[in-house]
Amino acid sequence: MKARRDPVRPIIGLATMLALVGFWLVGSKVGLIDPQSFPSPDQFWAAAKQLTIGDGYADGRIHSHVLQSLKLICLGFFTATAVGVPLGLWMGWSRKAEALINPIFLLIRPIPALAWIPLAIVWLGLGDAAKVMILWFAAFVPSVINSFTGVRNIERPIIEASAMLGARGWNLIKDVIVPGALPSIFTGLRLSLQGCLTALVAAELLGALLGMGKVLYQAGLDIYPAMILAGMVPVALVGFALTALIDWVERRSMPWRANH
Amino acid sequence: MGEKLDRNQLIWLSAMGLLIFFGLWTLAAWVELAPRKFLPLPWEVVERGLGLVTKPFSGQTLQGHLGASIERYLRGFVLAALIGVPLGLLMGWYRLLDHIVTPLFDSLRFIAPIAWVPFAALWFGTGIGGPTMIIFAGAFPPCLINAYRGARFVEKKYIEAAQVYGASGPRVVYEVLLPASLPSIIAGLRIGAGAGWQSLIGAELIAANTGIGLMMVRGQGALDTSIVMVGMIAVGVFGLIVDVALRGVESWVNRKQGR
Repeated sequence: MKARRDPVRPIIGLATMLALVGFWLVGSKVGLIDPQSFPSPDQFWAAAKQLTIGDGYADGRIHSHVLQSLKLICLGFFTATAVGVPLGLWMGWSRKAEALINPIFLLIRPIPALAWIPLAIVWLGLGDAAKVMILWFAAFVPSVINSFTGVRNIERPIIEASAMLGARGWNLIKDVIVPGALPSIFTGLRLSLQGCLTALVAAELLGALLGMGKVLYQAGLDIYPAMILAGMVPVALVGFALTALIDWVERRSMPWRANH
Repeated sequence: MGEKLDRNQLIWLSAMGLLIFFGLWTLAAWVELAPRKFLPLPWEVVERGLGLVTKPFSGQTLQGHLGASIERYLRGFVLAALIGVPLGLLMGWYRLLDHIVTPLFDSLRFIAPIAWVPFAALWFGTGIGGPTMIIFAGAFPPCLINAYRGARFVEKKYIEAAQVYGASGPRVVYEVLLPASLPSIIAGLRIGAGAGWQSLIGAELIAANTGIGLMMVRGQGALDTSIVMVGMIAVGVFGLIVDVALRGVESWVNRKQGR
C-alpha cells in the first residue's frame, strides 16, 4: 500500500503496535487471553527458542525447515516460469499458437494450484517431486497469462516501426517484444512467486518430512499454540523477503521506469 | 504479431489443440503408462463423476460436498467483503484509521492465508468456522486494498465539491468515495473471490469434515484417481462460474460509469 506522507504516521503506527503487544502481555497475565487458544509471550518465547537454537521441532531446527521450503520454491518457480514465460510470449506473438494452445490452457487455468495437491500425492507420493509438481502449476498459470497479455498490449506501431527499421527474428524478440512485455511479465512472476509460497505451505501441511508447513502441521497436531505462532513467523518473513527480492529484480531490469 | 485468423482456421486449430490433449491422455492411459487406477481414461472420470451424483462417497454425494463447500465459501467471502470494503473506504478518508490499520495489515499480509489453518482449526473447529476463517484470510486483503486504493485515487475536485456543499465525512465516504471507487472495489471482489475459493480448497484438504476438498483427500487416500479428478473439475467449474459472473458485474459497472 502506498504510504501517505505524514509525520505522525510512524508514531501512530508504533503506538498501535505497542498497544497490541501491551494487550498481549497484560491480557495473558490476567487471563483475558486463554493460553489454550493463543500463547502467552513466555510460551511463544520458549517455542521460538526451541525452534531456533534449541532441539528444534518437527525433525529439524528453523534453518533446515526454511531451506527445504526455499529449495522447493526455487525449483518449482524456475522450472515453471522457464516454460511459462516463453510459452506466453509465443502465444502472444503468434495467433496460430494461441488458437492451438489456448483451449488446453483454458482447461487448466480455472483449477486452483491447491487443487492439484491430491493428484500430485497420488502420483508422486509425499516427497519433493509432488511438491515441485504442485508449485509448477501454481507458478505456470500466472506466468503464461501475464506474458501473453504483455505481448498483446505492446502498441502495434512500435512493432511495425522496428520491423520497418530492419529488426526481425531474434533481434525483434530481444529488443522489442521482451522489453515491451516486461512490466506485465513481472506482474506474472510476482503472482507466480506468491502462488508458490501458498501452494508450498498447503502441500507441506498435508504431509512432508521437513519444511515450514511441516512445523505448522506438527504444531496443529500436538495442539501447541505457541509453536503454531512461532511457525507462522518464518512464513511471513519468507513471504516478505521474496516480495522484496522480486521488487529489486524488477527495478534493476527496467531502469527506464522511474518507479513503477 | 501474426494477423488475425479467420474463423475456420481458429476452430480447426482449437479443435486440434484439444484433440492433442485428450488424445495424449487417452493414449497414455490406454497403453497403461501408469496403472489404470492412477491414470484413468477421460470417460472413466466422467462416468465416475456421474456416478457420484447418486452414489455418496465419504458420506455425501458430489453435489452434497460441493454444497457444503459453497456454503462455507459464501460465508467467508461475504464476511470479507462486508468488513474489507467499508474499512478500506473509511481508511481512504479518515487518516487516523489509515495510520492505525495499515501497519497491522502490512505486518499480517505476507502470511500466506493457508498458514492460518492450524489456528483456524484450533479456534473455530473443522466444521463451518475454521474453513470460513481461511476463506476470510484469503479474500479479505484484496477487498480492503482495492477499496482503499479506489478511495485514495478519487479526484480531489469531486471531494472538494461535495465539501463545498456541506457534506460531512460519512456522507463524503458514502456518496462520493463509494460510487467513484466502485470499479476498483468490484475488481478487488473478483480477486478476493478467486483467492477465497483457492483458500477454501486448501483448508478443506487439510482440516474439514465435509466439502469438495475432503472428497478429494479421501479419493487420494483410497488411491482413486478418478475421484480426485472429478473434484478438480468441480472446483475448476465453480471457480470459473464465479469469475465469469463477477467479470460480468465488472463490465456492467464500467459501462454504467462510462469508462
